[in-house]
Formats: sequence, C-alpha cells, structure tokens
Amino acid sequence: MLRFLTRRAIGAVLTLVIIAAVTFFLFFAVPADPARLACGKACPPELLEQARHNLGLDQPLFAQFTAWLTGIFAGRDYAGLGHCPAPCLGYSFVNRAPVLETILDRLPVTVSLTIGAAVIFLLFGVATGIVAALNQGRPLDKITSVSSLVGSSLQIYFVGTLALYFLVYENQILARPQYLPFTEDPLAWAAGLTLPWVVLSIIFTAGYTRMTRSTMVEQLGEDYVRTARAKGMKARSVTLRFALRGTLTTVITIFGVDLGALIGGAIITETTFGLQGLGRLSINAVTDSDLPVLMATVLVAAGAIIVFNIVVDALYAFIDPRVRLN
Amino acid sequence: MSTPFLSVQDLTVDFHTEDGVVHAVDGLSFGVEKGTTLGVVGESGSGKSVTALAVLGLHSPETAKMSGGILLDGRELIGAPRSVMERIRGNKAAMIFQDPLTSLSPYHTIGRQIGEVFRRHTGASRAAARDRAIEMLTRVGIPQPKLRVDDYPHQFSGGMRQRAMIAMALVCDPDLLIADEPTTALDVTVQAQILDLLRDLQEQTGTAIILITHDLGVVANTAHEVLVMYAGRAVERGTVREVLGEPHHPYTWGLLASMPRLSTPVDAPLRPVRGTPPSLINVPSGCPFHPRCDYPALAGPELCRTERPELSPRHGHGDACHLTLAQKQEIVR
Repeated sequence: MLRFLTRRAIGAVLTLVIIAAVTFFLFFAVPADPARLACGKACPPELLEQARHNLGLDQPLFAQFTAWLTGIFAGRDYAGLGHCPAPCLGYSFVNRAPVLETILDRLPVTVSLTIGAAVIFLLFGVATGIVAALNQGRPLDKITSVSSLVGSSLQIYFVGTLALYFLVYENQILARPQYLPFTEDPLAWAAGLTLPWVVLSIIFTAGYTRMTRSTMVEQLGEDYVRTARAKGMKARSVTLRFALRGTLTTVITIFGVDLGALIGGAIITETTFGLQGLGRLSINAVTDSDLPVLMATVLVAAGAIIVFNIVVDALYAFIDPRVRLN
Repeated sequence: MSTPFLSVQDLTVDFHTEDGVVHAVDGLSFGVEKGTTLGVVGESGSGKSVTALAVLGLHSPETAKMSGGILLDGRELIGAPRSVMERIRGNKAAMIFQDPLTSLSPYHTIGRQIGEVFRRHTGASRAAARDRAIEMLTRVGIPQPKLRVDDYPHQFSGGMRQRAMIAMALVCDPDLLIADEPTTALDVTVQAQILDLLRDLQEQTGTAIILITHDLGVVANTAHEVLVMYAGRAVERGTVREVLGEPHHPYTWGLLASMPRLSTPVDAPLRPVRGTPPSLINVPSGCPFHPRCDYPALAGPELCRTERPELSPRHGHGDACHLTLAQKQEIVR
C-alpha cells in the first residue's frame, strides 16, 4: 500500500507540473497584455514598461515559469513586496494580494458547497437507483427513470434562478444563499448553503440514480447473486450484501471524479448564487489575465481530481479483494 | 406405488417475453429417490437448467409462469410462499452451478460464504459456522482448510472453487442436490475428481442428486437413472443401462452417435444431430423432434407432424416416439 501511494504521489506531482507548464504557456499564447490591464487605461509607455518589469513579464518565458515553480518549493523574493515564503504562489497581478491567501480564503466556500451537495446526491441518487432496480419494469421504476431524465436535463442557472425567485425573494422559505464559516455558526452555514446544495445536487442525483440502477440491475443478474438466492439467503440480504457491493465500485469511481471536478469550482452554481468560491475566482482570473491566480486555481482543480483518483483507487482495494495489492 | 422423494409432475414453465411465450418446459414429469442420481441430458435450450431452477423456486414469478406439481418429500413447492422457499433452499435442497468463478461472490471469503448458509439455516454462531466451514472444506478435499477458509474465490483454482461450491451446497446436509453442469468449466482430470467427490458424498449422506449435463460420458459414470430432454419435454427415461445401452428414441440415438470415441479414426467427421434445436416460442407441431428426425415416414405419413407422442410406458424404460418397438429394434440393428 505504501509503495502504491508513493508511486502515485510521484506521478501526481509530475502530472501537476505538466499541467502547470501547459497552462502557463497557453496563457501567453493569448493576445492579452497583463501589464496593460494592471497599469490602467491611460498608461504612458514608461509606466507600462515599469509595470511589466514589476510583474516579471520582461523576463524570458522559461525563466518566468521556473521562477514560479521554484517559488512553490523554496519561496521567492519580489521587488517592492518583499519575501514570499514557500509555498509561494505569487501575488495577484490585479490587486497584488498574496494568491495563497486568496485561495485559502475561497477554498472553504467551494469545499462546503461540494460536500453538502455530494452528501445529498450520493445518498439520494444511490437510494433511488436501488429502489428503481428492485422494481425494474414496474411503475416506480418508470417514474424514477422519467424524473431522472428530467432532472439531468435541467440547468443550474435556470432552476437556481427560479428557486431564488420563488423560494427566497418572493416567499422567504429559504435563507438567502451566502457563505458563513462553519466554525462560527454551523446552522447559519447550512442555512446559507441549503439552496445551492439542493440545486447543484438535482443534476447529479439524476446521474447517480441512473448509474446505480443500471449497475444494480446488472449485478442482480450476476451468477453469485443467483447463488446467494439458491442458498436461501433472505431477499434483503441478497440485495444489500451481494448486489450492492458490486454496484459500489462503479458509484465510487464516478463519485471520486465528480468530487474532484467540483472542488475545482462549481462555476455555474457559484455564479448563480453569488458565492465567492474557487470557480468564480478562476473565471475572474481568466478575464483579468491574472496569471498567478489562474495558475493557482488550475493547480487546485487538477490537484483535487488527481487526489480523488488516488483515493478511489485505494478504496477499490477495500471494496474488492481481487484488487488488493499483495 | 409411493411418491418418490422428489416428484415432478406435468411441470410447465412459460416465460412471457416481447417476442412471445417461450415454452421452456412443457409437461415434464420425473422422480428422484434418495441416494440415487438422475442424469438429465439434452442440448442447450432443452429446458434442463430451467427445470432445475424451477425446483428451487428461483424463477421470478413475474416472468415465469409455472404449473404442475413439484413435490419435495411430499410437500408442494409450486406456489409455496417465498419465506418457505427460502427455508428450503440451501437447507433441504441445494444447488451447484456450472461456473464456480462467477457463481461465488468475489467480495466474500470462501469460509464466510459457506458459513453463512449454515448460520442462516441453523442459527449457529459465527464461530461455529467457521468451524463447520473448515470441516466442510476438509470433507471436499481442500488442502490446509484452516488457512484456505479465509481465502477469496480468486485465490482458489478452478477445481478448488467447484469443491468449495459443493461444500457450500452440502453444508446443511440437504436431501436433494441439483448439480447444473458442475464440471463443464473444468478440465478433464479435475472433472473426474469432482464427480468422484459427488459420488463419495452421496454414499455418505444418501442425498438425492440431479445431475444436469450434456456430457453422456458423465452420465454413464455417475447416474443411476437418465432423463433425456428435448424442447422442454422428456423424450426418453430409464436406467443408465437401459437408455445408454438400448436407446429407444431417435434423438437419443443422435446424441450417442454424435459422441466421438477413441476407436473412431482421427479424420472421421463428427456426426452432430442434424438441424438446429427448435425455437421454444414456435415449437414444432406433433413430435417436436420430427423436423430433425430421420424416420418420420416409417411411423406413418402424418403422425409425427400432427400428434404429440407421450412418454410410454409410464414406468421403467419409456420413450416418447411413434415408432413401434419392432421398428426401433430394426433400425438399431
């Protein structure tokens, strides 16, 4: 297991460096000048040159990239801003705020949004999927499959806006979506995020219902499920102990990928509900040509996906003895 | 005449599908006594496995319509409540399947899969069930049972998996064991070992065994009685000596002729039963075998096509064919 994790960790770091490099050089392929944006509209040439120098943009591209990379591991010194200790992600081009702090400030919003929604869509999606599979072909199954089709066709900005209008502004049934730190007031935290959680989970729930249903139907047809019935095991135990076990493997795979992607930023949800999470941060970084922030959000997003993939692979070993690595 | 330990009477199993009604088993009757083995043979799709699953009540009542009677130790199983069937399965009547790799759960240890049947039907403790599992593994000849009891199926070889399946089926000392092609997925030497094992265990416990196979060699070595099935019906029934020694039905002749022998020259072509097994949605009229039979003209012009032959005589060596005994003997000669 330790060897597996070490190998995967090295692979993860390499992947991240490659992703960072690709992002970095793609950024400069875009014909936007960060220095001009930083300097303002009426910017005389000498000031523009000064801004370019301050942002380090007058250096060769490769030198800029290695400076950024070594900054993460060893820290780095900035003219006029002093030393930035490792892990140094630099300072925003736009407001000179330290990027690491900005990320750490925004990350809890996105993590809270993700965790809450994930709990809802995982539990609800898997449960309805199981019910549908066990009632295969009956009305309950058909109702489930139609509603999951409808659910997965909905768009967050559409449902979210309608929900905001009817449930929050018109009728005050739910609290206005906002992020309040969990550590200060867990109830207010949950109340502020309820609507985003529900809306974000609607679309995912539908996917999980359909995936659970189809995998479960497949599992119920497996030979070893038939054996369990031939042994006289109770119907419920056949479902839960035998068929569900195989279904979990598939569900966890997709769940890991989804979680990773969501931690990178639920851009549409955050925008719809005005939450200041990583998703909005990354979108703003792109429009502002804010390279240091953009690099950091890409790193977090890619890192989350890689980490969750490793977690999923490790979980396989617990679920399926055939994958155990000894 | 008393009712046999397992008595199947006029069993019919229909599956309602989108393409029509599949008559998987159509008016099948047979009996098995304790301590004896009935070999059920026939091509794929002849209704062997469907019959086996029907005996244990493993068909979904929504898709399979069953009628007739299945009496186990005098008790009617068709229409029995699910809870009753769950108590019988694995306890009084057990089953082993063709492919031991897919038929064992990959997620649970061998010991647990054997032990849970015991716990389910006897209420034994976890520790007692584990001891029982080790005892069963010893009985079926797994080496180092105390270590292997904690293995997963993928750590076992094919033959050992089938031994574990047998251990699992026999853990509650069932009176009836249905073995659905238990050796098909195994190589020949292992096949012989498994059949020997089944025979030994039967001598010890007096279990009635239904051995489903398409291998007549297996039947010849293991079974006491034979039932030859075609299109969901019994076409010939009798002792092994009768059916394999003096077969009466043209289909049985075909099956026997299709078996390559060591004495046949290597370059001699195989002699399959000509034609293909019939569709069970549109079963041929009259005798279902008549489109593939070589002798319908002998029995009389339209007889085989219009009239369904019944298995006769009702007891002993019987076959379902319009040919007279004299005609059959003439053909065989």
